[in-house]
Amino acid sequence: MIDAMTVNYDTMIPNNVGLSEDRRVLKALERWHPGYIDWWKSMGPDGFQDAMVYLRTAVGVDPKGWAKFDYVKMPEYRWGILLAPQEEGRTIPFGEHYGEPAWQEIPGEYRAMMRRLVVIQGDTEPASVEQQRHLGRTAPSLYDMRNLFQVNVEEGRHFWAMVYLLQKYFGSDGREEANELLRRRSGDSDAPRMLGAFNEETSDWLSFFMFTFFTDRDGKMQLESLAQSGFDPLSRTCRFMLTEEAHHMFVGESGIGRVIQRTCEAMKAAGIEDPNDIAKVRALGVIDLPTLQKKANLHYSLSLDLFGSEVSTNAANAFNAGVKGRYHETKIDDDHRLLNDTYPVLKHVDGEFKLVDEPALAALNMRLRDDYVTDCAKGIKRWNKIIEKAGVDFALALPHAAFHRQIGEFANISVTPSGIILSESEWNASRGEWLPSGDDGDFVQSLMVPATGAGEYAGWIAPPKMGIDNQPGDFEYVQIAA
Amino acid sequence: MNAPLKQHLIDPEICIRCGTCEETCPIDAVTHNDDNYVVDAEICNYCMDCISPCPTGSIDNWRIVATAYSLDEQFEWEELPEQEELANDAVGAASLEALEDEIDALLAKAHEGTGGKAVVPASASKPSVNLFRRDHPAVATLQGNFRLTKDNVENDVRHIILDFGDTVFPVLEGQSIAITPPGTDKDGKPHDSRLYSIASPRDGERPNTNNIALTVKREPDGLCSNYLCDLKKGDQVQVTGPFGSTFLMPSDPLANIIMICTGTGSAPFRGFTERRRRAMPDAPGQMLLFFGARQPDELPYFGPLSKVPDELLTKHLVYSRLPDQPKEYVQDRMRVCSAEVSRLLQDERTHIYICGLKGMETGVDEALADICRADELDWANLKPALRTTGRYHVETY
Repeated sequence: MIDAMTVNYDTMIPNNVGLSEDRRVLKALERWHPGYIDWWKSMGPDGFQDAMVYLRTAVGVDPKGWAKFDYVKMPEYRWGILLAPQEEGRTIPFGEHYGEPAWQEIPGEYRAMMRRLVVIQGDTEPASVEQQRHLGRTAPSLYDMRNLFQVNVEEGRHFWAMVYLLQKYFGSDGREEANELLRRRSGDSDAPRMLGAFNEETSDWLSFFMFTFFTDRDGKMQLESLAQSGFDPLSRTCRFMLTEEAHHMFVGESGIGRVIQRTCEAMKAAGIEDPNDIAKVRALGVIDLPTLQKKANLHYSLSLDLFGSEVSTNAANAFNAGVKGRYHETKIDDDHRLLNDTYPVLKHVDGEFKLVDEPALAALNMRLRDDYVTDCAKGIKRWNKIIEKAGVDFALALPHAAFHRQIGEFANISVTPSGIILSESEWNASRGEWLPSGDDGDFVQSLMVPATGAGEYAGWIAPPKMGIDNQPGDFEYVQIAA
Repeated sequence: MNAPLKQHLIDPEICIRCGTCEETCPIDAVTHNDDNYVVDAEICNYCMDCISPCPTGSIDNWRIVATAYSLDEQFEWEELPEQEELANDAVGAASLEALEDEIDALLAKAHEGTGGKAVVPASASKPSVNLFRRDHPAVATLQGNFRLTKDNVENDVRHIILDFGDTVFPVLEGQSIAITPPGTDKDGKPHDSRLYSIASPRDGERPNTNNIALTVKREPDGLCSNYLCDLKKGDQVQVTGPFGSTFLMPSDPLANIIMICTGTGSAPFRGFTERRRRAMPDAPGQMLLFFGARQPDELPYFGPLSKVPDELLTKHLVYSRLPDQPKEYVQDRMRVCSAEVSRLLQDERTHIYICGLKGMETGVDEALADICRADELDWANLKPALRTTGRYHVETY
């Protein structure tokens, strides 16, 4: 049990920002910390606060010693503040300040813009912990439970990372925002989280895997663009966060991969050749591939909405200001100012989809979304390899970008996953073919039976190829408190 | 003929293409195409910086190759190729026990008595190898230095505990570390490294401590052993490793483990025993220890060993210099227990480990042959069969 009054913050918070010499920020964090612990206990993983979980704790930024694996109770996890090492002579890699030295403090004129970006990023971190808080009770194995909790504590650490930036660089405004981040709650009618996708409960493990694959990948893309920022502390923070974010991508991609593996194995063993014979496949206690496609359609389309409007002045301003760059900005071969460039944006014009050249600066959201789609497609390709290898005749696919959208160019049209435009009523009539129905949800829910023995796995998911931290198959990743 | 290469590879089936390795690599040896992340064998210098940040574990794969797999070949892979069979003269002593050739040669010599290529037990955990090298050692702090042999005997064997603090230094029972004594030799060159078996289980002296124990005998004029035996609490030591990828214990609880040792050769078996006690105390597999010393006062861990329950470990402590008693060596006691040893030899879950001085090999080998002969088994055939299935291991110095 942590006694908030006597915590030695110098050793409590692993950090490489010289916290012990920074009295003001240390004090601000000390004041914020009890509220955070209260939040974690009331909104963090439900029912497992006393469990011993085999977790990775980031303790430094040296690749050799950056993380330690050990059993820890989650409320006692050491949420550290770690920034990637400062690059000597780093310059702003894009926008009107291209080539100038990176800022160590925020220029006054960009303060509001920067604060909004940090707050939005910061708001998603606790939100996903809240969304996932009931999943521990139905974990398909201790391995998966541990991975869930790892994702949760690291979202908690990312929350700290953003709060550190707010407390350190945004004065009393920042302090207020940090407190607001603790006040908002996912799905709360009075004080909801800022982005729509973060207000839905993650109700089952299939949704969790889809969420970590599709929605956390949006987070990765946003972090990648903020990692380019001319504001050096933000860039360094995000660069280090990406090291942890990779684990979240891993949980999603391998999680769905293992579901597919199990389904294909069960189908083959039962001699089922038709993947669309849903009743027969479900009778085996595994998730049929068409339902996986529907879940992917749902999570993919919700995640595309997170990129905002395809054409956006805000995005242009943030780029121009040197605040938020493009994915892999420093690896792109152009002038990094984009003042005279165009970028093709997919639009709905006169009843058809057309690529329309827009000013590149305004089309930055579109560009980031395109990078995201490419990244998603690679994961889909891996999943299809598993299906192909098992000898099942089926392929997953990403739906058309206009399918099931609420934000941007396609918010007001009804489009099928293959890109055919329908009337709203036609679309609604077929909705159940493309998106999970209530029955689909009930079926998936019926499989959510916990498997809590060491080395034991629920019947709908295959064991992983490899343990975490090279641990053997029957390793007890979570010691659930008696 | 070119020396074979230890090539660093990424498992494309497990990798999720997150790019963390490419970001981490300080010399840009990692690259990718649309499908795979791959390591350029011409650039990689085994610094191992990419190993720990990888979220999937796909990064830690190695093959011994006569010619390196090219980037184009690796880009096309959907799975890792098996270790190819290389002609013996091409491979020479090269193994994946260590990436540094100096250490690899030491281990190859120590494993000679295995009678062929050492093979890891099928159920062993996956080891990390050579995370720290001579040009980038880990720094450990001496946490304890206790004499194991009684004061009345000349033989000074010590239990040395090294703490790694915040440094991640993952080990498995049976692995070794190397220590280079500080200073230079008479030609001004750094001293050679010495290998020491780890005497503690993977999770530390006590569960979840980040330390390892060594069993070190002070050799007269021994540069490194005297350096280690004289260390005081708080002293810092440069450590490389971990090393060894075959002399590892089986994780299978049904596996029987016969351990034969003398002196400091007991170090890995202390780790094996403690591992089983902590991880699977009710394992049905038997553990049998034949441990030889001159007399009880010179037998490392005599006190603690006598407290290990017989259900966990059957102990045969054997002495060659007891007053008024005939000399008894480990091979003599094995012969006395021939019925049990023979029964275990016929169980395909049995693993045999021999560790100690080179001199013990012949005697033990002859004893095993005799035991087999008495039961109409053929040790000459059985031994290679055990070895190739990862069930016969020798590490002698």
